[in-house]
Amino acid sequence: MQTYDLEANGLRGLNSALQELNGSTNKTAWEIVNPKGSHAIAVGLNSPVEVTVKGSTGYYCAGMNQQATVRVEGSVGPGVAENMMSGTVIVDGDASQYAGATGHGGLLVIKGNASSRCGISMKGIDIVVHGNIGHMCAFMAQAGNLVVLGDAGDALGDSCYEARFFVRGSVKSLGADCIEKEMRPEHIEILKDLLARAGADAKPEEFKRYGSARKLYNFDVDNAQAY
Amino acid sequence: MDSNNIPRTVPIQSATFSNPINAEIRRAAATGIYDIRGGGAKRRVPHFDDLLFLGASISRYPLEGYREKCETKVTLGTRFAKKPIELDIPITIAGMSFGALSGPAKEALGRGASAAGTSTTTGDGGMTPEERGHSTKLVYQYLPSRYGMNPDDLRKADAIEVVVGQGAKPGGGGMLLGQKISDRVAEMRTLPKGIDQRSACRHPDWTGPDDLEIKILELREITDWQVPIYIKVGGTRPYYDTALAVKAGADVVVLDGMQGGTAATQDVFIEHVGLPTLSCIRPAVQALQDLGVHREVQLIVSGGIRTGADVAKAMALGADAVAIGTAALVALGDNDPKWESEYQKLGTTTGAYDDWHEGLDPAGITTQDPELMKRLDPVDAGRRLRNYLKVMTLEAQTIARACGHNHLHNLEPEDLCALTMEAAAMARVPLAGTDWYPGKAGF
Repeated sequence: MQTYDLEANGLRGLNSALQELNGSTNKTAWEIVNPKGSHAIAVGLNSPVEVTVKGSTGYYCAGMNQQATVRVEGSVGPGVAENMMSGTVIVDGDASQYAGATGHGGLLVIKGNASSRCGISMKGIDIVVHGNIGHMCAFMAQAGNLVVLGDAGDALGDSCYEARFFVRGSVKSLGADCIEKEMRPEHIEILKDLLARAGADAKPEEFKRYGSARKLYNFDVDNAQAY
Repeated sequence: MDSNNIPRTVPIQSATFSNPINAEIRRAAATGIYDIRGGGAKRRVPHFDDLLFLGASISRYPLEGYREKCETKVTLGTRFAKKPIELDIPITIAGMSFGALSGPAKEALGRGASAAGTSTTTGDGGMTPEERGHSTKLVYQYLPSRYGMNPDDLRKADAIEVVVGQGAKPGGGGMLLGQKISDRVAEMRTLPKGIDQRSACRHPDWTGPDDLEIKILELREITDWQVPIYIKVGGTRPYYDTALAVKAGADVVVLDGMQGGTAATQDVFIEHVGLPTLSCIRPAVQALQDLGVHREVQLIVSGGIRTGADVAKAMALGADAVAIGTAALVALGDNDPKWESEYQKLGTTTGAYDDWHEGLDPAGITTQDPELMKRLDPVDAGRRLRNYLKVMTLEAQTIARACGHNHLHNLEPEDLCALTMEAAAMARVPLAGTDWYPGKAGF
C-alpha cells in the first residue's frame, strides 16, 4: 500500500505518480490521506490500480478515469468521474452536480445521493446511485445506464438519446421526449448485473425503465414547444 | 402615363420589406422552420476594410522589401505550459469539425497548415487519425458536447482549446443534421446514424469563471501541464470575457467575431447576435493590458480574416495571431466557380453557397457523401492552402516593412487610420486626416 499525504506533498506530485503507473507496476494499491476537498484528485489515470481517498474531495475527482478503481471514503464535489472511459469509481457519501458527466464507459457507484445533472450527456458510462438524484439528470444522455434506487427529481432524461434509466422510487417529472418504457427480459438482466456490481440490495423487478420516445431525433416544427 | 396623360408613380420597393425579406417570409410560411445555413454574418458591418495603414514618412523610415527581415514567428502558450506552441506564421486554422467537413478536407487543412508552419484545430466530433497524422501542430477543441472526447486524444494534442462560444453564434449550441451523419461520424459521437445531432450551448460540468478555473486545473493535471490551454469566446463582451479568461488561467484567448463561420446555425442567430470582429480587438487588448499580461497571454483573433492586410490590421490592433476558417475552405475549393452549374441546381450560385449543413457540397468539402468527397484531392487542396497562407504572410510583411517594422508584432495602432466614424470608434484609431476618434477625450 502506497500512502500519499496530499496536504503535505501537493496535487501535482500525486497525479504525476499515479499517471506514471502502467500495467506492470507492483504499486497497485494507493491511499490518499488529507484530501480536504481538493480538486482534480486522481485524474487522468490509465492503469488497473486501486486508489482510496480517505475523505471528501472537490471538483472532478477521478476525471477521465481509465482502468483504475477509485474509492472515495467521503463525499465528492461536482463532476466526479467526468468523461470516465473505463474502470470503477465508488463514492461512499454523496455526490454534487454533474456526477459522471459525459462518461464513455466504466462504472460509477454513489452510495449516497447525487445532486442535479447526474449523468448529463453520458455516452456509455453506467451509473448506480443508491439514494436519490436531483433535477435534470441524464440531460441529453446518449448511451449507458443510470440506475437509481431512490427517487428522481424534475425533468429526468430531458432530450435524451439511447441511454436507459432505471428508477425504483418516484420520478418527479420526465423531461422532453423521455417516457416510461417496457421492462423486457434483457433489461432485467442488465439491471441485475449492475446492481450486483454496485453492491446494491434491490431486486430488478422493483424498477421502472425510462428512455427516449425518439420523437425529437429529427427536427419537426410541430414539436417546437418541446424544445 | 394612363390614357388621360396623367403621370403614374413608379413602383417603389420597400427598404423594409425588401425582396430578400419577403422571400424569407414566404419560405418560413411554407416550411414552418427557420433558415439554417453555414458561414458567418453576410451583412455589411464595419471591418478591416475600413482601416488604412499610414506607411512610413519623414518621422518613420521603412524597411527594404527584399533585403531587410520582417519576422513572422509567434509563440503561443508561454504563461503556464511547459511546451508552448511555436509557429512560423501568425495565421492559424480555426476549429472545424470532422462531420461538418469531410475526412479529406480535414486532411487537406492539416497538410496545408503544416507546410506553412502553423497549426490546425479539431472541432466538435473529436480528433481523427488523418487529422492528427497530417497536422504538425494540432489544437484539440474541448467543447460542450464532448463528442468523441477522450483523454488519449487529449494527450496527443499540442494545445487544448476550451470552447465557450464562437462568433457566429455566441450563446448558441450547434446542430449537425441527420443527412451528414455517416456511420463513422455517428460512431465517433456515440449516437445513432441519421439523427440530428445537437451540440449543447453550455459545458455540462462547469458554469462560470470560477468553475472554469478548476476545469482548467483538471485539464492541466491530466496533461501534465505540458500543453497550452486556449479559451475561445464569441465576440460579445470582449473586455470582460478576456479578463475572466485570464483570471481562469488561460494561456491564450481566442476571440471570434460575428463574421466567423459556423457549419450550421440559424440565419437569424448569425446575423443578429454578436459583435463585428473589428469592435472586439481593442477592448480585449485593453483587458490584457489592464491585467499586465498583454503578450504574456496571447490573443488570437478570428472572424472575417481574408488577406494579409487583415492579418496586419488585427495585429496592429494588438492581436498576437489570427485564425481563419471560411477563407481556408475557399482556398481548398469551396464556392469555386467551376461548380457553378451544380450550385445553380441547388438554387444558389458561386460565392453564395452556404447550405453546408445539407451535405451536398459540390466541392466535396462540407459533405460526408463518398462520391462528393472524392472531388477534393487532399494533397492538391493542402498545397492551395499552403500557398494562400504564404501569400497572406508575404502581404502582411509587405505592410509591416512599409510601416518600418521588423516583426509583425511590432505593428501598432499608430500605424492605422480609419475611413469611417464607426471604424474609428471601434478600432480606436483616428479618422483619416484627423487626430481624433469618437470617444477620445479632448474633442
